[in-house]
Amino acid sequence: MKHGSGVIAPKPEQVDRTPSSRRRFLRMLWIGLGVVAIGQVIAVVIAFLRPQKPKDRTTDAGTILEAGHMDKFPLNSVTAFVRGKFYLARLEDGGLLALSRKCTHLGCTVPWVSEKNKFECPCHGSSFDIRGEVVTQPAPRALDCYHVFIENNIVKVDTSKITKRSGFSARDVVYPGKSS
Amino acid sequence: MKAQSSTPVEHAGLLQRIRYSIFPGTRKEREGYRNFFNTLILHFRPRTVPQRTLQFTLTWGLGGMAFVLVMILIGTGLLLKFVYQPFPDRAYESILHLQNEVLFGQLIRNIHYWSANLVIIVAFLHFLRVYFTGAFHPPRQFNWVIGLGLFSTVFLSNFTGYLLPWDQLAFWAITISTGMLEYVPIVGIWLQRWIQGGAEVGPATLSTFYAIHTAILPAAFIILMPFHFWRVRKAGGLVILRSPKEDENAKGEWVPAIPNLLLREVVVALAATALILLLSVALDAPLQSKANPGLSPNPTKAPWYFMGIQEMLLHFHPLFALFIIPILTVIVLAGLPYLNYQSHISGVWFVSSKARRMARMAVLVALLATPLVVLTDESMGLTRKIPGLPSLISTGVIPFGILVVAVWGFYGHMKRRHRATNTEAVQMIFVLIAVALIVVTLTGIFFRGAGMKLVWP
Repeated sequence: MKHGSGVIAPKPEQVDRTPSSRRRFLRMLWIGLGVVAIGQVIAVVIAFLRPQKPKDRTTDAGTILEAGHMDKFPLNSVTAFVRGKFYLARLEDGGLLALSRKCTHLGCTVPWVSEKNKFECPCHGSSFDIRGEVVTQPAPRALDCYHVFIENNIVKVDTSKITKRSGFSARDVVYPGKSS
Repeated sequence: MKAQSSTPVEHAGLLQRIRYSIFPGTRKEREGYRNFFNTLILHFRPRTVPQRTLQFTLTWGLGGMAFVLVMILIGTGLLLKFVYQPFPDRAYESILHLQNEVLFGQLIRNIHYWSANLVIIVAFLHFLRVYFTGAFHPPRQFNWVIGLGLFSTVFLSNFTGYLLPWDQLAFWAITISTGMLEYVPIVGIWLQRWIQGGAEVGPATLSTFYAIHTAILPAAFIILMPFHFWRVRKAGGLVILRSPKEDENAKGEWVPAIPNLLLREVVVALAATALILLLSVALDAPLQSKANPGLSPNPTKAPWYFMGIQEMLLHFHPLFALFIIPILTVIVLAGLPYLNYQSHISGVWFVSSKARRMARMAVLVALLATPLVVLTDESMGLTRKIPGLPSLISTGVIPFGILVVAVWGFYGHMKRRHRATNTEAVQMIFVLIAVALIVVTLTGIFFRGAGMKLVWP
């Protein structure tokens, strides 16, 4: 109604149009500013509530964990690192793999059962082999892994970067000879 | 005028003078205040009610009971807030302190715990009652939606409260429940990070849950509950129970709400309080050992009211179990009052005697079919991977498709066979799904043991 009459009325006289368009401009300006203000409030709230990422560290001390000397890990063994929340698996061919202890099904902590030579999730019965590959479902994908590197025969694990993978891939395994 | 009227105040006693200071002005103005309060209250409470809505078998006192339980929860929650500390290294200790050293601490925690669990059941029964008496048809359509909002608030309150004791039970139940979010497409990981406040359940999760549990959700209750009650009043009170032949608009005799309605409400409130007190004195709220992120218990279960979803997760692809099925359920439930019914029959239990027969049939079918499907899937692995097909198809699209077709076929068949109206047939499907959901939830709670294998309880 209001809108309709506004269109018809100013038509005959040019003079009436100028204040109306200025008024319209100011109204739009106010509305625009209001929208910007609301947007800012929402942005602040979102920024405030956003989950914090761990601070960028200039030193590697926090994220790079020294696992120990190569010889400490016999072939076909799994060592747990509670602080880094991962397992260091030494495969039969000597390769090293750092596996996350978090089950890919629903996030339970997976213990290594050495008698059965596999990781068995107590929550819903998923199990994984030493390479982290799914042996029994419901887990949908292999255990996540971290980047491993070897310096002067000391095994180090970078816990800041986690790799999600669908299955075992030779790329994730590190061999003592190759990288040093 | 005012100066004159204030003269007698000089001679009034202390109490009188205090009273006049709260309600200043002339006698007439003071009456104005009273009228104001009365009209405010009249938005929620009628002066008279139809005698027939007072029948206990109409409401079973369920809505009132849910209200009383929420009030108890707010009261005990406020007390707990004085002792509880929402930090991972202190939360569990503060619960121990509450239980062992604070006078009545254990009792208050028990009352909070039992009221919280009971309110889910009471709200669910209330929801069934409203559905089966047709109290979601116009003019009550939107109040059904508000009710669903309140129901979700109850669920979320329970869920966020579950983590707070920070024991093994709490920690792992929340870990796997938030772990489920990972399967929601596109926004899942993002949503999970926001709710957990990081990559895993930790200090940020606890403070997030605490804030939601003790501020946002209580505020939601305080807004939604009066809204819900006001809409009951706007709809002209409760539906009136009648037989199918009786006129819907014949309200019969009206009686004063005080004392007739009030008395009944007080009785329900006292009975609910007594039940909660008995439970709380007899049974302590569980508290396991302190949360240990390195050690998952076997089996780890979600809170009992989410066991239906966890059970479905064992049979369906996560995308279906955690996303498509729950979302569809919510949409269908919210849309129920807006379906195209041929007639709006409210006030008659189960619509008609024919609909009653059909509903009974649906109960039977659901009671037989659901355990059968669970058992055959468990033993034969119907929904295990079919080689050559992605699991989304083999454990998602195919079984869900079969399910939808089966329900649709049942609907069509029964509707034709009984020459039923939409109202009757929709109710039958509602019953079918509700019973199936209850069976699935009970299976998850009682028949799943170590490694989530089927066991006899």
